Amino acid sequence: MNRIEAINDFVIKFANVNGSGSASANELFSKAVMRMGVPVSPRNIFPSNIQGMPTWYEARVCEKGYHGRRGGVDMMVAMNPQTWDADIAEIEPGGYLFYDSTRPIPESRFRKDVHTIGMPLTEISNAAYTDPRQRQLFKNIIYVGALSVLLDVDADVFERLFAEQYKGKERLLASNIQALHLGRNFVQENLSYPLGIRVRRSDMVGDQIFTDGNSAAALGCIYGGATVAAWYPITPSSSIPEAFQKYCDKYRVDPATGQHNYAIVQAEDELASIGMVVGAGWNGARAFTATSGPGVSLMTEFIGLAYFAEIPVTIINVQRGGPSTGMPTRTQQSDLLSCAYASHGDTKHVLLFPQDPHECFEHSAAALDLADRLQTPIFVMTDLDIGMNQRLCKPFSWDGARDYDRGKVMTAEELEAGKDFGRYKDVDGDGIPWRTYPGTHPTKGSFFTRGTTRNPYAQYSERGPDYIYNMERLLRKFRTAADLVPQPVLREATEATPFGVIYFGSTTPAMREALDVLEAEGLHLDALRLRAFPFPDSVSEFIAGHEKVFVVEQNRDAQMRSMLVNELGFDPARLVPVLHYDGTPITARFIAKAIRENVEVVSGAAGAPTAQKETA
Amino acid sequence: MTYIAKPKLHHPTLTTNKVGYTRRDYEGRISTLCAGCGHDSISAAIIQACWELDIEPHRVAKLSGIGCSSKTPDYFLGASHGFNTVHGRMPSVLTGASLANRDLLYLGVSGDGDSASIGLGQFANAMRRGVRMAYIVENNGVYGLTKGQFSATADRGSKSKKGVINSDSPVDLVGIALQLGATFVARSFSGDKAQLVPLIKGAMAHGGAAFIDVISPCVTFNNHGGSTKSYDYVRQHNEAVSRIDFMPVRSEITTEYAPGEVVDVPQHDGSILRLRKLHDDYDPTDRYAAMSYMNEHQSRGEVVTGLLYLDPLATDLHTALNTTHRPLNTLGRAELCPGVAALEKINASLR
Repeated sequence: MNRIEAINDFVIKFANVNGSGSASANELFSKAVMRMGVPVSPRNIFPSNIQGMPTWYEARVCEKGYHGRRGGVDMMVAMNPQTWDADIAEIEPGGYLFYDSTRPIPESRFRKDVHTIGMPLTEISNAAYTDPRQRQLFKNIIYVGALSVLLDVDADVFERLFAEQYKGKERLLASNIQALHLGRNFVQENLSYPLGIRVRRSDMVGDQIFTDGNSAAALGCIYGGATVAAWYPITPSSSIPEAFQKYCDKYRVDPATGQHNYAIVQAEDELASIGMVVGAGWNGARAFTATSGPGVSLMTEFIGLAYFAEIPVTIINVQRGGPSTGMPTRTQQSDLLSCAYASHGDTKHVLLFPQDPHECFEHSAAALDLADRLQTPIFVMTDLDIGMNQRLCKPFSWDGARDYDRGKVMTAEELEAGKDFGRYKDVDGDGIPWRTYPGTHPTKGSFFTRGTTRNPYAQYSERGPDYIYNMERLLRKFRTAADLVPQPVLREATEATPFGVIYFGSTTPAMREALDVLEAEGLHLDALRLRAFPFPDSVSEFIAGHEKVFVVEQNRDAQMRSMLVNELGFDPARLVPVLHYDGTPITARFIAKAIRENVEVVSGAAGAPTAQKETA
Repeated sequence: MTYIAKPKLHHPTLTTNKVGYTRRDYEGRISTLCAGCGHDSISAAIIQACWELDIEPHRVAKLSGIGCSSKTPDYFLGASHGFNTVHGRMPSVLTGASLANRDLLYLGVSGDGDSASIGLGQFANAMRRGVRMAYIVENNGVYGLTKGQFSATADRGSKSKKGVINSDSPVDLVGIALQLGATFVARSFSGDKAQLVPLIKGAMAHGGAAFIDVISPCVTFNNHGGSTKSYDYVRQHNEAVSRIDFMPVRSEITTEYAPGEVVDVPQHDGSILRLRKLHDDYDPTDRYAAMSYMNEHQSRGEVVTGLLYLDPLATDLHTALNTTHRPLNTLGRAELCPGVAALEKINASLR
């Protein structure tokens, strides 16, 4: 039988039952591999449920540092009888199946073309532990121990991780190490090892950090100076305010008084959470909310108010599968249009597209500055794939000299000196008016904030010219935004090419890998990673500079492509959609195949089919 | 409405209060509401109350939702920042504003459609949280701006101007406020300024969520026979539980009362609400007794007014959240950003 042989380049998938404590054991496995200097990108694939349903943890071990999903599974750790058949079917021929052999499983349910490794996990665990919960939890550590021998991961790496995790909890430390060695000893005494896939020490991790986008976004809000957070629980965003709370406990409690330099409110719904953020922003505090698609739908009326009344608001949207309740625990990039043009009437909003936890931190902090500078809602458009999975990324960084940009706020002194204050007047030519905080001056600078139309001095007006002035100024402000937001990142092909590709957000790691694969095949593409909406001129120039531009995104309707066509006026034929939207993260294989086929079909239509195509 | 603007010049002999403002300094723009609208009387009462309280106008933030009542913040306290938010959502915006700057006084103005229909949830949750504010509902039982539809506070059996009988049960905002933990609950009538002004003063000085339901007849759409929110109906059925005087902090008490005739209820800031009891058995510091009293009298068709409940030990959302005494909107990098060294530590913990 064929046997998959690969060092530092394989996919291992754990099929578990949720609520069984497997998540921390699986994370332990990933961390150990990374301590060996080999990059890992894990993904939780989990149901909208708390206990008893199937859950998977797919870890891609890849020395080259590709963090996208690869597709395919080289080794399955099948711990869930419910999903056995489907899990077994997923293994690549020549791959490996690891399972709990305590209870016999009929031969007919195995595959002949994969290598089967049975181990009586339940039996070993039950013999060593009496408490039912311990039996369950340590069974997970036992299989991690077994895998460490099978995949050639050093025991001391685990022991050091345990020592860090259970510092001061010696009893827990000892029992975890015991469980690890139960697993290791069994394999060493009873099975042949290591497997054809294995880990070898390397130095490809460097100073990278391993964290999830939601924690990173919360930390960005801490560093960015957010003081008010209002939220309503919704998957997959809830861990942002929870992490914000955790960081506030640590960094925002006044050591002298014990008082809090922050306020977090769990609101009664998303309408209230955005309302509170609008109120706080109006009153000069940096405020944010975190939500997902259905929450944005509920917030839409307020988003229009904040746009029109010009109030700083930061909304972190951790996108999930839509529409409606959709796939709450699966990933998509399908809220682009509903956020970019949220609310009735003519509106446009600023969106940021972080690619990983590092940028979740950066963009969240930047969003708070941009909201104050532009006096408008700023969306941080992350998604479940980035938000709820740990990812290796560049370490967080902060310039110690950086101060907060509070934007154009007129002070009591300026008002006193007689500076003209027109709340909705463009005095600087950038479309951004000046504002005052409530309570600034006894007689000057007060105004009435409203969602109705008004003249530049904030007085109610339904006069056409006043309305047009205001709407044109808002457009001007939006154009100003294009220069202030994070700019696109260009990766040029090694050769001149008529093909370009545009992508953004969580598609990035898969795209990076697909570009390498295609380049190795001789298919060159210039690639532009968008980091924000509105689009700066460099995006138009990029599209104009290529005959054909693929737009890769994770939704059904090619929403980013629609925005490019809508905003930049390009011929839609020039922009070819590459769409992945089944709820799983997009893979390099998918992107490469879609682009390869399109290029071949088109060149095939122009002449004779290429040899490549016939063998593809 | 009138379109003749009042002259801005004040008569030089107008009385000023302790902070140097005349009553005129608390006015706003000319009202655009119908002549005789109850809401204008409430605006006048707010102006009077703020002037008498010696509040600097710019230290008040006035917020409202959508509707006739919610337009009124434009007609008082012209030197205050105002925010006309979206329909039914004033409470959340006010909550956020209050979190951002605890040093301002918050006045929320809403209507019965705004608070009892579309915004019932936000009204209820603001009461639960104890957001420090004076929340005034200008309650006329009808949608004025959309021309006369019933609102959720219209009594069952009351008749619309077009002759339709309302078949739905009314939402009792006072009952809900009492039940959900508001620490100052009152009901008044726009036509009774003597009662309304001290209630607003008490609410503005209160240390937690203060709610006043003000019956405020709509002269255009709900002031006819068969309506239970008309001037005539309210005058005939008004059952005041007490007469109130508001005594600011450290004011000298000069009038002598017979024992049992008055009850002094102190507030957190040291001000006192002196109640001249009209009903011997009414104890305004007993939440459950107040609820039961209300239910009993309401079932007889009476409109009970006055200070219905006051918790002298009220606390608010800031207390619950243990927020710093400095307004959050004044904190800067020094207080908020943990800095480079802390970030390096975080990075190290993630490897």
